Amino acid sequence: MSKQRIVVVGNGMVGHKFIDNLLQDPKADQFDIVTFSEEPRLAYDRVQLSSYFSGATADDLMLTSEGYYRDNGVNFVLNEKVTELDTANNQVVTSSGRVESYDKLVLATGSFPFVPPIPGNDQEHCLVYRTIEDLEAISASAAQSKIGVVVGGGLLGLEAANALKAAGLETHVVEFAPRLMAVQLDEGGGKLLRRKIEELGVNVHTEKATKEIVAGENCRYRMNFADGSHLETDMILFSAGIRPQDELARQFGLEIGERGGIVVNDSCQTNVDNVYAIGECALWSGRIYGLVAPGYTMAKVAVSHITGGDEQFRGADMSTKLKLLGVDVASIGDAHGNTPGAQSYTYNDEIEQVYKRLIVSADGKKVVGAVLVGDVDAYGNLLQLMLNDMDLPGNPAGLILPAGDGEAAMGLGVDALPDTAQICSCYDVTKGMIKEAVASGCTDMGAIKGATKASTGCGGCAALTKQVLDAELSNLGYEVKNDICEHFAYSRKELADIVRVKKIKTFDELLDSHGKGLGCDVCKPAAASILASFWNEYVLEDNLVGLQDTNDVFLGNMQKDGTYSIVPRVAGGEITPDKLIVLGEVAKEYNLYTKITGGQRIDLFGAQLHELPVIWKKLVDAGFETGHAYGKSVRTVKSCVGSTWCRYGVDDSVGFAIEIEDRYKGLRSPHKLKFAVSGCTRECAEAQSKDVGVIATENGWNLYVCGNGGMRPRHADLLATDLDAETLIKYVDRFLMFYIRTADRLQRTSVWLENLEGGLAYLKDVVINDKLGLAAELEAEMEANIANYQCEWKTTVESPEKLKRFRHFINSDATDSNLAYVVEREQRRPAFKEERIAAVELAD
Amino acid sequence: MSNWTTICKETDLTPDTGLCALLDGEQVAVFYSKKTGELYAVSNFDPIGEANVLSRGIIGSIGEAVVVASPLYKQHFDLKTGACLEEPEHTLKVYPVRLEAGEVQLQPA
Ligand code: SRM
Ligand SMILES: Cc1cc2nc3c(=O)[nH]c(=O)nc-3n(C[C@H](O)[C@H](O)[C@H](O)COP(=O)(O)OP(=O)(O)OC[C@H]3O[C@@H](n4cnc5c(N)ncnc54)[C@H](O)[C@@H]3O)c2cc1C
Ligand code: SF4
Ligand code: FES
Repeated sequence: MSKQRIVVVGNGMVGHKFIDNLLQDPKADQFDIVTFSEEPRLAYDRVQLSSYFSGATADDLMLTSEGYYRDNGVNFVLNEKVTELDTANNQVVTSSGRVESYDKLVLATGSFPFVPPIPGNDQEHCLVYRTIEDLEAISASAAQSKIGVVVGGGLLGLEAANALKAAGLETHVVEFAPRLMAVQLDEGGGKLLRRKIEELGVNVHTEKATKEIVAGENCRYRMNFADGSHLETDMILFSAGIRPQDELARQFGLEIGERGGIVVNDSCQTNVDNVYAIGECALWSGRIYGLVAPGYTMAKVAVSHITGGDEQFRGADMSTKLKLLGVDVASIGDAHGNTPGAQSYTYNDEIEQVYKRLIVSADGKKVVGAVLVGDVDAYGNLLQLMLNDMDLPGNPAGLILPAGDGEAAMGLGVDALPDTAQICSCYDVTKGMIKEAVASGCTDMGAIKGATKASTGCGGCAALTKQVLDAELSNLGYEVKNDICEHFAYSRKELADIVRVKKIKTFDELLDSHGKGLGCDVCKPAAASILASFWNEYVLEDNLVGLQDTNDVFLGNMQKDGTYSIVPRVAGGEITPDKLIVLGEVAKEYNLYTKITGGQRIDLFGAQLHELPVIWKKLVDAGFETGHAYGKSVRTVKSCVGSTWCRYGVDDSVGFAIEIEDRYKGLRSPHKLKFAVSGCTRECAEAQSKDVGVIATENGWNLYVCGNGGMRPRHADLLATDLDAETLIKYVDRFLMFYIRTADRLQRTSVWLENLEGGLAYLKDVVINDKLGLAAELEAEMEANIANYQCEWKTTVESPEKLKRFRHFINSDATDSNLAYVVEREQRRPAFKEERIAAVELAD
Repeated sequence: MSNWTTICKETDLTPDTGLCALLDGEQVAVFYSKKTGELYAVSNFDPIGEANVLSRGIIGSIGEAVVVASPLYKQHFDLKTGACLEEPEHTLKVYPVRLEAGEVQLQPA
């Protein structure tokens, strides 16, 4: 039997998905596939397009490769537009005149950006945002511009605004409607989004209709608006919506919707039986779907129909959750409450800038829509309630109200979801599929991702996927284990107890007595940290060195090219001019990129292994100590200048910061520890965002604990007030040792406290009231640790034996030939991939 | 054919750590595990982090496989086969390695 010939017009996200699905089909060998792409490359991830501006390359974005197509016998022609279609003779003709016949034709031509018909819209720096080539043009234009305007305040417009802002332009968004993201958000949500975006420095102009674009006075262009106002700008990005690319279908007689789009039925067939349309060019039941997930479903349906299956397209949910300019936004279902009789609950916190509106059916029983801005944690729950037509719980408002202290946010148990509930919309993964994966042996997220692809697209479903996984594991009777890894059936806390109580001094002892296998990169550094917390021996001893992360082995942070950074301790951020000069001289001599860190000290980047000891020798000779920037250990004690100079300072915050830093420096712990001391309540040292924060008062010092910056910021809690220095130190000793004994691996104090049964009140009981009768023991442990302190770099540079490790090759003095640098802002930095070839040539 | 090259002495090895050797212009990461008593040698270039760093990774086991974890992004490579466990499209070259009269020796892969 001869093969059926399938021609796919357009190799975008959906066209490629179709081909890939067809290749995976058991009947794949009955088909010959040919695809034409108007673009110069095969399909890439348009959804992640903006990451191009944060360094992703065209290669990073590719969804497939020419090799993959070739290996699977898919014929492809790039840079080739299909220009004619002859459905009577089953043929297409391309821009180069090539004629191709088909048995089945699949149109996956996507859409194109709509540019409003404004006079002057066709000038050089008037651009759109759809393809990699568009992005290249935007980058080039931005480099010659100071001000940029995005026309259109929808989802894509705001993404484009983010790109312009990141490129350093003064950025404006001009929107015709009265609010941003008018399609997805209601008035309250749009208003808050606007406020947040304006606070980020993006200028928003709503209800502006552009009349014309003319030459500007101070900038390249001037946009004149219908209301008589105007705006000057150097470039303009149109992002005013998309239009289905239906040109081919329209010209050659396929049925087209009134406002565009190729009409398809539930099998994704057009009005001509053997011609299909899928993705953004297709119009199903009067709707165009401008998202990738429905397109993927259409691809699946078309493959099914062509291979004799009976899958149908039944529409798709357009709910979205995303981060726009760093602002969390989500929209579910009928966000505008247009459903007859719909009622709503609204929560609007202007202080924390959170807006949530839950729209429910007339009878108050079902979710019909929601808008979330600023806090989108409820997205997963609300979406599932709506999609599965589930009854609302007794007090629906609880779904959007913030949780009070200590209580968990109200959720719906994932157990309540039916097996058909779609958990991951990117890959159409249902709860049932995850359950099956668990039953067939997947017991962690990595395995679930591998087996089902859930949460490997936009990632929005990760939390929910994990909940289903955990619930399923416990339903199947697995204990959801806290084991540190496959080598130890103990949590970090249990291991810490074992080490402390049994006085274990080496990893081998621990592994032989309580573990199995060889250990790994999880348990080894964890054990190293525990051993160091209790016994504080030199980390490069032969029996300890193999346990450490490379950062600890070479006493510096490994950078992306394999070189290291150097961060000497600058206690309290106080440094003499002489020491500053030493740092400057060393940096200059070794050509190290130099930067002031967020921790009030100086980081010198780009030292090669063999340079580390010589550099550190100079620094140690000049009186510097290691800053432990590489360790899970005490980092810095940030200070403000305090009473030494500041007219408001009530106490010597610098002096106290130095005292504290000297006391705890190098203390190894489950995760890094950061401190700060402020001289008065103005809090210039940001002590309330630190693991340990100290603020001077008229009567002594206030002590705060368990604050965090980073990925999930948390304000510290006030542990005790008006302490004298001695009591404060005592409390900090106890607090730190209690944390070290009981925390999980890589658990910051903030998360530790949130998981500590009894919370802050319990912690006060242990630290202040000595409820466990442990205070003396904890203080003694801290004393012992401090007594064993040594500057690891001083010990290392004085030990010829240890210095042997600091060279790239054991058998040669050559250095790593793979390093390449370029100069930027007068300092060198590692070359990016695309710069490498040029940089290597330069170096030669 | 004996094309073994000596790269260092047995005493230069620190148990359960790696070192990097230059063999005919190629960078080779050599590891010694005290528990298995074996030597392992793979290419030093991390194909994912794209830097010459694997000799500086932590070694250990995953199931039966003896592995090194890249110090950059922590993917694991099987020291016997060179296969990357998380991203199977990447494989490291594996070099024959032996201990001969107190010397560590390598052969080209
Ligand atoms: C150098 C520095 C950035 C800078 O140029 O200013 C920096 C650089 C790094 N930070 Fe940081 N952080 C630096 C200040 C901070 C701060 C600000 C501060 O300390 O006041 C924070 C937020 C405060 C906090 O930690 O609560 C911060 C939050 C993080 C986090 C997120 C931690 C969290 O709990 O969410 C990570 C990731 C981690 O540790 O897992 C991280 C990780 C890193 C790493 C280690 C990433 C890595 O693995 O390569 C970077 C290594 C730098 C190097 O090679 O030297 N860095 N990092 C700052 C060094 C301070 C210092 O002198 O030691
Ligand atoms: C910046 C940006 C961000 C986005 N973010 C998201 C998001 O977060 N979530 C989401 O779900 N969606 C997002 N989208 C939308 C998503 O990218 C589209 O839904 C998806 O790409 C549609 O796939 P498609 O194959 O239908 O069209 P496309 O990917 O546009 O592919 C169509 C291809 O066909 C080619 N073509 C057209 N006509 C012809 C012809 N006659 N001959 C040959 N080739 C032709 C085109 O050149 C194009 O390469 C985003 C889009 C952009 C631009
Ligand atoms: S925020 Fe910290 S970890 Fe992230 S890039 Fe900057 S320095 Fe590195
Ligand atoms: S919903 Fe996007 S990855 Fe699952």
